[in-house]
Amino acid sequence: MRTARHSTLKALAFLAALVAPGMLNAYTVYVTNEKDNTVSIIDSGKLEVVKTIKVGQRPRGVTLSKDEKWLLICASDDNSVQVYDTETMQLVKTLPSGPDPELFILHPAGNPLYVANEDDNLVTVVDIDKDTVVAEIPVGVEPEGLGISPDGKLLVATSETTNMAHFIDTASHNIIDNVLVDSRPRVAEFTPDGSQVWISAEIGGKITVVDPKTRQILAKIAFEIPGVNADAIQPVGVRISRNAKLAFVALGPANRVAVIDTATFKVEKYLLVGQRVWQLAFTPDQKLLFTTNGASSDVSVIDVDKLRVVRSIKVGRYPWGVVVARH
Amino acid sequence: MPADLLQSVTALCCSARARRLLGLWILLATPLTLASAASQPSTGALQAATQRLVIVLARERRELPPPLSLLDMPAPDDALAGAKLAINDNNTTGRFLNQEFVLEVVQAASEELIAEVDDHVRHGAAFVVLDASPPTLLALADLMKDRNVLILNAGSSDDLLRGEDCRRNVVHTAPSRNMLTDALAQYLVWKRWRRWFLVVGTEPGDQAFAEAVRRSAKRFGGKIVQERSFNLDPGNRRSDGGHEQIQEQIPLFSQNVPDYDVLVAADESGQFGDYLPFRTWDARPVAGTQGLVPTSWHPALEQWGATQFQNRFLRLANRPMRALDYNVWVAVRSIGEAAARTKTLSAPDIIAYLRSNEFELAAFKGRKLSYRSWNGQLRQPILLATPKLTVTVSPQPGFLHQSSELDTLGTDKPESMCKAYASQ
Repeated sequence: MRTARHSTLKALAFLAALVAPGMLNAYTVYVTNEKDNTVSIIDSGKLEVVKTIKVGQRPRGVTLSKDEKWLLICASDDNSVQVYDTETMQLVKTLPSGPDPELFILHPAGNPLYVANEDDNLVTVVDIDKDTVVAEIPVGVEPEGLGISPDGKLLVATSETTNMAHFIDTASHNIIDNVLVDSRPRVAEFTPDGSQVWISAEIGGKITVVDPKTRQILAKIAFEIPGVNADAIQPVGVRISRNAKLAFVALGPANRVAVIDTATFKVEKYLLVGQRVWQLAFTPDQKLLFTTNGASSDVSVIDVDKLRVVRSIKVGRYPWGVVVARH
Repeated sequence: MPADLLQSVTALCCSARARRLLGLWILLATPLTLASAASQPSTGALQAATQRLVIVLARERRELPPPLSLLDMPAPDDALAGAKLAINDNNTTGRFLNQEFVLEVVQAASEELIAEVDDHVRHGAAFVVLDASPPTLLALADLMKDRNVLILNAGSSDDLLRGEDCRRNVVHTAPSRNMLTDALAQYLVWKRWRRWFLVVGTEPGDQAFAEAVRRSAKRFGGKIVQERSFNLDPGNRRSDGGHEQIQEQIPLFSQNVPDYDVLVAADESGQFGDYLPFRTWDARPVAGTQGLVPTSWHPALEQWGATQFQNRFLRLANRPMRALDYNVWVAVRSIGEAAARTKTLSAPDIIAYLRSNEFELAAFKGRKLSYRSWNGQLRQPILLATPKLTVTVSPQPGFLHQSSELDTLGTDKPESMCKAYASQ
């Protein structure tokens, strides 16, 4: 019955998008709410929550399978990765993930899944079709951020307490290099052409841009916001637009998203969003960017062309991760 | 010039550029270096033998009265477990940098402790994480003077050690009493609980804590409406029964106090403070050394990624992490962090970096921690907690400072009496 209602809602949303000229494309946005163990499903056309589902305990990292039939969620306190059917939102299976999974990234080919296990200093490589652990890669203390090159050959894992970005060859699972970055690195994100990887450091308050070929540091980006204490500027989520012109960086308790020109590494603008902004996701057409604001329990919606915050949407308690589906 | 080059090689040992630079350096170097490099594969020189750094954990054995509550019995590995966790964390990082950290533990009474630490230092140790009384700390610091040794005080909150009696070769990861009472005062003032009833025990530590409370009251606008000395003997903790008498004693003791908002207890050794909540004549909350307590760490803190940290500790020690474990962890991690950043295990370099403006440590407090240039005190947020949960974290909103809000807690630069640091 829940299934039927969900499909109806989806169909309605789809129709609404068709019949309302000038309206935005309707995509499905999934937001994990860390504190109340739910996922809020937002219709990006209506910009409202259309459904909330109960998931495992302390849901954080979230992603979609390549065919978007599955929604994958790190249920950190259940020590598993849960797989939901995006059509029915029923639990399909749980993947072996190693303890306390926080963030993960899917290989561009669609398999395997790389999971950061904060509690035991490992990156676990999981085959999501066979439900098996393919490999465990020892990294630094408290691995969290994972980025993968567009060709899938290079994985970057950040260790929060070791303050390093580990560059891992996905064929051999060997670490080929370690780059020391600023304190508490949280997220690693490749540019769409694979020529740079951007690494955010929450406590260090900076972004380090690294050339993945040479592991040379290309730039350090610092932030300064009038009236905001420097200690409150804590970069976490990073997203880079497909045309690679702009990068968006969530600045945590500074309650801002920084907009950075990727050619000059200069901050162009700070957009005021909700409180303690952590993760970001574009819609597939890259017209909108969704931000999870933990402390204010809402999601801010940024119009990417106008660089304006156009809406804030109340979700569950302490939203953490966000992913947007094409459908 | 070659020294500069060597330094940049060391500073970038893991990058490809470093490999090229290293190659260049080898080409420019003496024939001896060239010969040794030629006998190794090209990256061989990078995988140089792992260097080791010894960190001594020194704990003074002291006669301490048992606490009132069985729950407060110190664990046998108090401090030690924090050191072990930090050594593990340092070594996980060190694995990628060819750095290895080794813990050596000394536990003894004052004189013997000093002699044993001296022995370790003679054998090359340069870092001593110390949990000791102020006199022992001062004797050790004076003995180590001019010997390129850094003492990291993790155990004593004595303000004189950060003020008149400060020593250049000591930094403090334990918060000072002033920091603790400032943290509490800010919250009480924020809460508009400005009228305090101060109850002070008879031990020297109680007197010092009370003095810190008076100072914080003046600083942040609290008012001590009355002060009473608690010198009733509440009896032996281990005696059978006892609640009947306490139930009579405490209301009597707290009668006829001018109207107040909070009872502030100054009982550092925990001889009576825990008897105060729910027994006072007036229905008032208790804060200070008991009740709502300012502390550097709480075993239930889960903010700022602390959950993973608590889990790691629990797995290692099979018990929750206490403030002393945390202070020791911060000390050992500070050394590891400075070693990773400077990419060296040379003690003078690590010490210089640890004291510099560059130094920053992520330590599960939501902001970077560093050492104050005027007395070597670690600046850090202070938690205010009940036995089960964190209530709030100071500095409180609205308490501003021109350089760092964290410096609203404890002795600030203009008021510092620490000459040893000022003269540097």
